[in-house]
Amino acid sequence: MYPIERVEALNPEVTRMVVRAPEIAKKIKPGQFIMLRIDERGERIPLTMNDCDAQAGTVTIVFQAVGATTMRLANMKAGDSLLDFVGPLGNPTELAGARRACVIGGGLGTAIAYPQAKWLYEQGCEVDVITGFRNADLVLFEDEINASSTRQIIMTDDGSNGNKGLVTQALQQRIDEGANYDLVLAVGPVIMMKFVAATTKPYGIKTLVSMNPLMIDGTGMCGGCRVKVGDEYLHACVDGPDFDGHLVDFDDAMRRGVMYRSFESAARDAVAGRMTSEGRDCGCASAHSDRKGA
Amino acid sequence: MARTSYEVNKQKTMVPMPELDPVERARTFDEVARGYSAEEAMLEARRCIQCPTRPCVHGCPVGIPIPDFIEQVALGNFARAYAIVKSASALPAVCGRVCPQETQCEGVCTRGKNGEPVGIGRLERFTSDWAFEHPQEAAAAIAQQRAEEAAAPVADADGETAVAPYVDLSGKRVAVVGSGPASLTCAGELAKLGCDVTVLEALHKPGGVLTYGIPEFRLPKDLVEREVSKLGDSGVSFELNTLVGKLYDIDELLDERGFDAVFVGTGAGLPAYLGIEGEGLNGSMVASELLTRVNLMKAYQFPEYDTPVYAGKRCVVVGGGNVAMDAARTAKRLGADVTVVYRRSRDEMPARAEEVHHAEQEGIRFQMLTNPKRALGNDEGWITGLECVRMELGEPDASGRRRPQEVAGSAFVMDVDMLVMAVGSKTNPLIAKTTPGLEVTPRSLIVADERTCATSRPGVFAGGDAVIGAATVILAMGAGKRAAAGIAEYLSQQ
Repeated sequence: MYPIERVEALNPEVTRMVVRAPEIAKKIKPGQFIMLRIDERGERIPLTMNDCDAQAGTVTIVFQAVGATTMRLANMKAGDSLLDFVGPLGNPTELAGARRACVIGGGLGTAIAYPQAKWLYEQGCEVDVITGFRNADLVLFEDEINASSTRQIIMTDDGSNGNKGLVTQALQQRIDEGANYDLVLAVGPVIMMKFVAATTKPYGIKTLVSMNPLMIDGTGMCGGCRVKVGDEYLHACVDGPDFDGHLVDFDDAMRRGVMYRSFESAARDAVAGRMTSEGRDCGCASAHSDRKGA
Repeated sequence: MARTSYEVNKQKTMVPMPELDPVERARTFDEVARGYSAEEAMLEARRCIQCPTRPCVHGCPVGIPIPDFIEQVALGNFARAYAIVKSASALPAVCGRVCPQETQCEGVCTRGKNGEPVGIGRLERFTSDWAFEHPQEAAAAIAQQRAEEAAAPVADADGETAVAPYVDLSGKRVAVVGSGPASLTCAGELAKLGCDVTVLEALHKPGGVLTYGIPEFRLPKDLVEREVSKLGDSGVSFELNTLVGKLYDIDELLDERGFDAVFVGTGAGLPAYLGIEGEGLNGSMVASELLTRVNLMKAYQFPEYDTPVYAGKRCVVVGGGNVAMDAARTAKRLGADVTVVYRRSRDEMPARAEEVHHAEQEGIRFQMLTNPKRALGNDEGWITGLECVRMELGEPDASGRRRPQEVAGSAFVMDVDMLVMAVGSKTNPLIAKTTPGLEVTPRSLIVADERTCATSRPGVFAGGDAVIGAATVILAMGAGKRAAAGIAEYLSQQ
């Protein structure tokens, strides 16, 4: 069992969770992920590391309550435990050697892009961080990124922070201003990563994207997470999750990403119904113990 | 003089084993073969003539003293029979169900020369199932067997089958990487010698392919759990959620965690694809994804369990091995109409005859001498069709198998909304990549000594599919047993 040490809502949709996993905390690096399972009947879901503390023996994950499992997860409390927590999985992002980098986070992707920006900044790299959110209330990690970057540009879809537009517009502007990046790293929705890659391609800027396909085991055994890169399918869990953004077939990835959509909405509705009928505070805990006892 | 201590049953055919009705069972994941009753087991055991040459023992990769345990079954001494089986095999409930006995013990049975061989697998299964229902009597019989063995160590009948020498390994610590059949056997053998054994498994449940690969209707998962947990009783501990090569590498296990030796039994779990256009369409998956969702994650019980599994109405499974049969029968139970497409003919199918027969009984169709060329999809990216060509068999190739070649102009399209690829698997290169000085083949198979399973790294041993590529459960168990002997030899010289 893996005890949860802290749970904190970062905004109405996004939760930060600190999990006790000393062995993983010693090893995990920016770009790597874990897979977790809440309980005996749970599914395995992949979540990328947001932060870790080898001394304290903890790994921090950040997630958005978008489906059945993440909704149940968001209702867990400090002192509860996760049944399974495995990692580090995947390869660390290849950041070494970058001198002028742009790290781009879309929505929740910001939580995953943050450790990379921090690592680069600590290595003396000049780091621009561009993040994008639907509105100003959803902005994540603003202070942390300010402390770990040369420049932070926050874009919102509705302009509620006075900076309306897409992350790619900010990226294009920085390129036009002569930012002269030798590395661009994009983490976020597939559609965003697709357009970041399209923006940098004419300039030949090395662009890494962190792919987020469906996963089952996360150890290279089932091929559920295959991503088309160039002419071949690679496995995001063992060959990735980062790939060359100029080689990834994003349309293929978007299509594969929705294969289980009907199952997901059914499961989400079931969990939402249960939480509403039992009250949001205790819904998960009682559902949790019900399942245990079944 | 009669060699048997009972009257031989002269029936030329095996006592039949009850099975679930094919139509009924194709709707559930319940175990198909129901096993013998005590009376049926005794009747079948009495078909063994206790022949002095004992070819069956040589046919068994772990060298179970088959006539000895069968004699005890024939006499109704089931606890004693179980103790004899267990002395040679760590997982009898598993092997009795999934071994290809027709090419092993039963394939060389003397009774098989004139009629059907003795149902050795069925009797092995019976003894272990009986032991699960009578744990105290079984434990007592095993304790007695151990005491006898310790008092008078008996060499193996043929001297060929590796048996761990009776050395005392207390105080020694061995890490076993992976928890499939090779690893579990190795762990069990070492624990018997007093060794402190830790099994490191990447997934959240132990058992390897027994847990995620072989379906419930052939090998019930609660049974795998019970058999594996018995190893825990004997001094084997498990660290789950532990991916060696990421969380620890082999050097750290030896240097930092202080293990005296390591056994690598990581299998061959990396999926292979068809390499055809459209194989990435939605509705298309490799067999291990389907089987992992259903077996490990219990997706057939969605939404009671959280993991979903997609099943179409018209499913094609490509391949002719046991995994293809497992995938086809699984898809059938999820409600699909299933056709197996195989590029050679029936005679070349690597799947067990019994599994093909079961699949046919359950209404699965076969298209032999057929090869997929291209998957077709709709605008939303879902698979709608599979273009195939007919094949004919040409001259035998270097391996002696007749090489299939395309029949010109024979292309046709099958309507499908689900495609399952069961065309083999490769070795995961993780251990090879993260272990300096470990000799591997270009296909990432670990190079190991045939007798001792020693690798190019002192103290590191390897066996099972990680060494020979995708093969059978019992071959992996044989390797695990040889590795335990090799490790015991290595540690006693330290």
